[in-house]
Amino acid sequence: MIAIIDYGAGNIKSLQFALDKLNKESVLTTDPQVIRDSDSIILPGVGAFKDAMDAINDLGLAGVLKQEAAAGKPILGICLGMQLFYERSYEDGDWEGLGLLKGNVRKIKDTVKVPHMGWNTITKNKENPLMNDLPDDVYVYFVHSYAVGSLEEDSLVGSTQYGGVVPAIVQQGNITGMQFHPEKSGDIGIKLLKNYGEMIS
Amino acid sequence: MLAKRIVPCLDVDKGRVVKGKKFQNIRDVADPVELAKRYNEAGADELVFYDITASNEERDIFLDVVENVAKEIAIPFTVGGGIRTVEDIHKVLRSGADKVSINSAAVDNPQLITDSALKFGSQCIVLSIDAKEVAPKRWNVFTRGGRNDTGIDAIEWAKKGEQLGAGEIVINAMDSDGEKDGYNLPLTKIIADTVNIPVVASGGAGTREHFSAVLKEGADAALAASVFHYDEINIMELKKYLQEEDIIVRRENEWK
Repeated sequence: MIAIIDYGAGNIKSLQFALDKLNKESVLTTDPQVIRDSDSIILPGVGAFKDAMDAINDLGLAGVLKQEAAAGKPILGICLGMQLFYERSYEDGDWEGLGLLKGNVRKIKDTVKVPHMGWNTITKNKENPLMNDLPDDVYVYFVHSYAVGSLEEDSLVGSTQYGGVVPAIVQQGNITGMQFHPEKSGDIGIKLLKNYGEMIS
Repeated sequence: MLAKRIVPCLDVDKGRVVKGKKFQNIRDVADPVELAKRYNEAGADELVFYDITASNEERDIFLDVVENVAKEIAIPFTVGGGIRTVEDIHKVLRSGADKVSINSAAVDNPQLITDSALKFGSQCIVLSIDAKEVAPKRWNVFTRGGRNDTGIDAIEWAKKGEQLGAGEIVINAMDSDGEKDGYNLPLTKIIADTVNIPVVASGGAGTREHFSAVLKEGADAALAASVFHYDEINIMELKKYLQEEDIIVRRENEWK
């Protein structure tokens, strides 16, 4: 069972539908016990960094997520969910994240239109089973105004170009992040989720 | 490189897709879920659904449509029509929509843009502007399905919408809507040069050259309805043509 952390607003349904297509059982939850009992965790997310962290803290889930991460349970963060893994975000202030990965989150340079919205290509930064059977430069759907920086170079699996390098897929041990929305990236996105599922099973 | 987007738009009335010419003489075309699937397979980058009647009872039918579309297709889509409150926005997002398009309600209550952007994020708040040329190079914002001239300058409104927190602007040129004579290039260009958020051109698509022209003028996406519904333009062929025109488009179908 996959525990999808339901900490607030946004379109989580599409993610569930995508997992349904892959015959992956999932549950929307904020219950620490359900999260502990799950096989893997997905931290979705749209919206503001601070609101999301506040919600996670108010629900008492920050500790649970950190413990499960430390215990080695696979955790996938999508979009804002990936950004929450990092130490800090400078989105309208300076906020502390979950600190599961080293790095921070900053606004995309306004030399390009912000938000970064639409289909952009992923360039492989290193070989990784997540990219199995996928050619270089596949298109996936991005919607975000902030991006991860100062990350550990070795964790970068794939990136895109938008006002500079934008980390698109990161992975360190059991922690995986996707800045784009695999559940909204057509067949490529479904394939990425499938690869992820095979990788952690 | 970020691709330019091709966006079919579907007007939905009581759960069915219709397409009007200049917002009148509306005629039934097809089942929204079937059309959505067809467009997805043809390579549409996004979809837009407008609930064109939106009485309270019909609202629930529409939310079912939204959910069924989300179930069937894995590309982003926007929902508009009859959105008046933060709670309305919450409902469509929870049903599986990715973005919400606000039109008249934003003019009546600009704070709605800010409140919803803060709650759900700018990326899902689309400001839709119906604009009509009322004097040479002067476009006013119209509301109530194009019946009411607000007297507001469309370019100023786009700028203000961005400041209020909108993450994208759809500029619908009423003069060209349904005429198939091409998008309004001057208006689209001014808006695209003025704001630093994505701009979607709408109204007037008739040929593939029209798409090429407006995307070269600075639009990030081009929206159209009837040329796709009636199969006058095939999306896959359109994208092939645009690529030959050196416009960056996503051609995922070649992967399989």
